[in-house]
Amino acid sequence: MPFLNPTTYQKAAKTALENPQLRRNLGKATTAIREKRLRVVAELPDWQQLRDAGAAIKTNAMQRLPELLLQLEESVQKAGGKVHWASDAVEANQIVSSIVKSHNAKEVIKIKSITTDEIGLNDALLESGVVAIETDLAELIVQLAHDHPSHILVPAIHKNRSEIRELFLKSFNIKPEDLTDEPRALAEVARRYLRQKFLTVPVAISGANFAIAETGTVSVVESEGNGRMCLTLPKVLISIMGIEKVLPELRDLEVMLQLLPRSSTAERMNPYTSLWTGVHADDGPQEFHLVLLDNGRTKVLGDEVGRQALHCIRCSACLNVCPVYERAGGHAYGSVYPGPIGAILTPQLIGLETAHAQSLPFASSLCGACYEVCPVKINIPEILVYLRGEVVKEKTGFFNLEGAALKSMAWVFMDAKRYELAQQAARVGQIPFAKNNKISSLAGFMTGWTNSRDLPSVPKQSFRDWWRENKGKS
Amino acid sequence: MKISLFVTCLNDTLYPQTGIATVTLLERLGCEISFPFEQTCCGQMHLNSGYQTETLELVRRFLDVFEKEDAEYIVSPSGSCVAMIREYFPKVCEWAHDTALETRAKVIASKTLELSEFIVNILKLEDVGAYYPHRVTYHSSCHGLRTLGLGDAPYKLLKNVRGLELMPLENSESCCGFGGTFAIKNPETSTAMLSDKMRCILNTKANTCTGGDNSCLMHIGGGLSRMNTGVRTVHLAEILAQTEGRA
Ligand code: SF4
Repeated sequence: MPFLNPTTYQKAAKTALENPQLRRNLGKATTAIREKRLRVVAELPDWQQLRDAGAAIKTNAMQRLPELLLQLEESVQKAGGKVHWASDAVEANQIVSSIVKSHNAKEVIKIKSITTDEIGLNDALLESGVVAIETDLAELIVQLAHDHPSHILVPAIHKNRSEIRELFLKSFNIKPEDLTDEPRALAEVARRYLRQKFLTVPVAISGANFAIAETGTVSVVESEGNGRMCLTLPKVLISIMGIEKVLPELRDLEVMLQLLPRSSTAERMNPYTSLWTGVHADDGPQEFHLVLLDNGRTKVLGDEVGRQALHCIRCSACLNVCPVYERAGGHAYGSVYPGPIGAILTPQLIGLETAHAQSLPFASSLCGACYEVCPVKINIPEILVYLRGEVVKEKTGFFNLEGAALKSMAWVFMDAKRYELAQQAARVGQIPFAKNNKISSLAGFMTGWTNSRDLPSVPKQSFRDWWRENKGKS
Repeated sequence: MKISLFVTCLNDTLYPQTGIATVTLLERLGCEISFPFEQTCCGQMHLNSGYQTETLELVRRFLDVFEKEDAEYIVSPSGSCVAMIREYFPKVCEWAHDTALETRAKVIASKTLELSEFIVNILKLEDVGAYYPHRVTYHSSCHGLRTLGLGDAPYKLLKNVRGLELMPLENSESCCGFGGTFAIKNPETSTAMLSDKMRCILNTKANTCTGGDNSCLMHIGGGLSRMNTGVRTVHLAEILAQTEGRA
């Protein structure tokens, strides 16, 4: 994945937490959307059944993935589209670049797509002399700032409006007195710039929220209408989707389109839902390409526990409720997929070999808020815990202090006598550290605790000693 | 009713008063309690740190110990340990493809209950005759709240405690930042979460913060103590165990 920051989560989060403006922006934004989501979800008495239905549809689709993908290919071809298979980022970028080149385009317009961020498409296009222009407002902001998205749905969640104003002044050569930081004024600047691009650029690139095997229909769900412009105005449309986005039938959208907007933007229905099937003479793009991207996904599918991560419909509800994301923000995850879903998806897609990938499953207090809101019921805490096991397996071979400590503790816990001896040893061992029944300073990796928190000291009598004394042996 | 007590290694070693209060309370409510001495740890810390082989051994050991008991229920004053047993014991066995062990784990899981849900849902009691004349706020630990779905069981019990003034806690559903080794591995993020939690607790003007899990209370209490706030943390069992005569 091109936007991968090799810094471990712990280090990156530490830096992010030192930025008070970032914490304020994030806290404000996530709290607002959290409350709104609760309200719109409460309107549906059958929300839990909808979640069950969503989970069932995805489970079924993943079980039948090879068959569904072939069916999708056939349906798209029948409708006049072309289907390309890309096993990794390099292949996908080559496919897209060569289509763009065949039309002699120097610019392409893009509707927000995390999948294209995953493969680093913009950079790849630039290398072949093509400029990709982001048309989603927030995505444009991030692009102009030479920054990276920090949220799946609100890529510029880490920026406030005065920061955005500064950026626009610089990027579009506007005089300070001509632009306020009113959201409407800012949007107007972007609109004027983008309108001209929509009308002149011949090739558009999109992602896909869903693709229907039965009919070959592809769907993009968005808020601004800029996506609709990309999908309808240019002559050529290229859509790139991860293979896990396929759904068996059109009617599956009934469930998904109820789950997605409520979970993502906390709306009953998002403003723009585009559905298109192949090409139509004299209406919309006259050439349609669908790129099916694997890039590690079949490997994830092979893992019985981890494969649930492929059910994700990228709503970002798990980010908004995550207390860890709220504090440290999206960049700390060092990947295009931030937050709880990123913590389980990134390490599976890229493999667990790097220190960065290994740190991600540990970037959670396992509070379970993500699982509670996930519209397709991905048990994120379960996968986190499971992946931690995979990380430890990966690390075997070289000595580490934590591993040695936990292994010897397990050995102690395997025998009640050893355990009691350890209790006594702890009582004696703490003497140099304990003052007034508390421990305020420890060495080594335990300083992580005692820098901001006291620990209770070990009392004279354990519970089992009390029981022995008062209740006799059990 | 005959029950087995799983006191947990943390309570046994660091918070014996919670175990003692649990025994006092449940005996007062008419339970006959056994305490299998062979019990040690449920393996939660090992699981959450990624040591699955060791976890599996501890799961097997737990099952060996508690299967010998003839009690109707296993009761524990710790939401996260009960969540470990109910939710993760079967999963750990499944991940290891040990179906025989998984079947055994499911049996034990089905009869293991957290203290407050045991009192409210099984004993069908909401007033346990307790007396605790303090301003108290309740921290609903994540495992109790989300994995076990304790709902309002703890609140029902607290509302019936005489002398107790229950102070509502803002953002009560958000995590305190403990998360086991998370607090040590990601100390900055964990401390940021703890600070917000402490601010909400101090805003309630309570002098006591209670909860059903001493691991979270150790974390919150450790922060409150470091800041010299004067607010203390007390396990729910200790509040419910106090009666007028013994207060
Ligand atoms: S994991 Fe679930 S909650 Fe998170 S983005 Fe994906 S679908 Fe949404």
